[in-house]
Amino acid sequence: MGGAREAVARIGEGPDVVTGEGAPAASAPAGRTSAGWKVLPIVEGLVLLIALVLPWVLQDYLTVFATRVVILALFALSFDLVWGYAGIMSFGQALFFGAAGYGVALMARDLNVTSILLILPAGTLIGLTAALLLGGFLLLGRYPSSVIFVSLGTLTGSYAADRLARGWYYLGGQNGIPSIPPLTLGSYEFEEGPVYYYMVLGILVVTYLLCRFLVRSQFGLALAGLRENEQRIAFFGYKAQHLKAIVFAIGGTIAGLAGSLYAFHEGFVWPNMLGVVFSTQVVLYVLFGGSGTLIGAVIGTVIIEGVSFWLSDNYRDVWPIILGVLLLLVIMFRPLGLISFVLGERERVGSFGKEPGKAPKKEAGNAAP
Amino acid sequence: MPLLEASGISKVFGKLTALDGAALTVGENEFHGLIGPNGSGKSTLMKCVAGAEVPTTGKVSFINTDITAFSPTERARAGMSLKFQITSVLPTLTLYDNILLALQAQSSLFDLVLSRTRNRLHDQVMTMLTQFRLADRAYDAAAALSHGQQQWLEIAMALAGKPRLLLLDEPTGGMSLEERRVTGELLQPIKQHCSLVIVEHDLDFIRDICDRLTVLDQGKVLASGTVAEIQANKNVQEIYLRRA
Repeated sequence: MGGAREAVARIGEGPDVVTGEGAPAASAPAGRTSAGWKVLPIVEGLVLLIALVLPWVLQDYLTVFATRVVILALFALSFDLVWGYAGIMSFGQALFFGAAGYGVALMARDLNVTSILLILPAGTLIGLTAALLLGGFLLLGRYPSSVIFVSLGTLTGSYAADRLARGWYYLGGQNGIPSIPPLTLGSYEFEEGPVYYYMVLGILVVTYLLCRFLVRSQFGLALAGLRENEQRIAFFGYKAQHLKAIVFAIGGTIAGLAGSLYAFHEGFVWPNMLGVVFSTQVVLYVLFGGSGTLIGAVIGTVIIEGVSFWLSDNYRDVWPIILGVLLLLVIMFRPLGLISFVLGERERVGSFGKEPGKAPKKEAGNAAP
Repeated sequence: MPLLEASGISKVFGKLTALDGAALTVGENEFHGLIGPNGSGKSTLMKCVAGAEVPTTGKVSFINTDITAFSPTERARAGMSLKFQITSVLPTLTLYDNILLALQAQSSLFDLVLSRTRNRLHDQVMTMLTQFRLADRAYDAAAALSHGQQQWLEIAMALAGKPRLLLLDEPTGGMSLEERRVTGELLQPIKQHCSLVIVEHDLDFIRDICDRLTVLDQGKVLASGTVAEIQANKNVQEIYLRRA
């Protein structure tokens, strides 16, 4: 909720910005990258490089773990788009993740469909449909909906789906659906291990690049306006609620893709996948890594999952407490997430105009009319 | 036909009657000042016209269309624009992007996603920034501007969509004398294509730039007419003296 806190602080700041000609850029925490250095591509490149060599250095059982983390990172990406870019607090992102997981599990169990060419499109479609329905209901009312309404609405949706799955015999009740066969392509079977890892990594990279293209486009500028001041951009003539619904639907689509990959990787689905536990987890990944940066979502997932894995091995009883304290510390002292250690405000927000690279870097202070 | 015609506007907040049958008529290319003592309902009337508040009763017509039930988005698309009383530029974005955000509001979703209007709008962004004397700070974050400059940026943003009517709520609030003078200069050229409604406490500023005035008192129209007529009006003199 760092973003929210920061936004509140910003509103408070707004009107009392120093009067007087050319007040220096003191209130703009821009500076850090003013030498023209771009930190973001470097971080992204490093993360990709590490991800690429990982299966070469890890033992097999750790590659399986790493695959799970990459899928969860894809899931985190969907939440970052929705919260970090469009400012929609979705506490029910797992609804789309789990619904797709259950959907493809049923396809495999009841229809014997395991082809990757059918499963992945079906999973994304389930995520998209669910997000369109829920988003349409929550976001497209006569008046703009409040943050509380949307977060409770998504939370309720996720919780209700969890309860529904637990009680429904056809969906396997508490136990979920076990023994999902492997994904196939023709006669090839994707078993867990390096092949599955590189496949999901490839999907993550492609999705990441598409998201990056979207948030750096003029559409991304509209989103920046949306999350900072929804009312203001409505007065420019933007259909703010439609923008939100669109991003929510894209988020659901990506979550659906992640959910179907997860179901086949783990080999089973269970009610938690739809519920509050997964929904909250993804919020933590993104806040920890840094929302509104995309790469922050990936880094947050890797670190939280990695640290939990290590802690649960070494401090079997108290590890959730240690993890909780760590998360609290980061959110208290780094409300913009770990990524804000290296990434300045100006670069995080980004520039959307023509050829921003050629922007003349002026010193503030001598520019009064 | 006037450009804007609001009539019989009432607005009740619980027990408080903020507006009681107020009216406002603005012609083409007219600068219209909306004045009155504190609490007379100026800002509320402005909000009812802009769509930020829904009037309890009354009707608002704009370019021969009844827009009373229009949302702010629909009003903006019909050619009406509002500059808020509290500066609401987007502080973390550059000045350039603030203007671009306002300019691209009418682009289709498809064009936005593919950034297809980015190059076409570049010249317009720079023209607006130059017109409002902010071009040399184009790539600074808006938060780094002085209060007065933020107000100018906001006016530029409100004008970006080429509105037929611009509503300015206290544009010179918190400005120095020099900044007020410049604001007046910056507003003059827009008269060729746009009408203006200004709510303002600074009566000298109003007198300098407005053609006509409407005076509100306790939610009702006390007088409406040219600047000279209003200055000669006994009732108006009395309410300003009474409160002085």
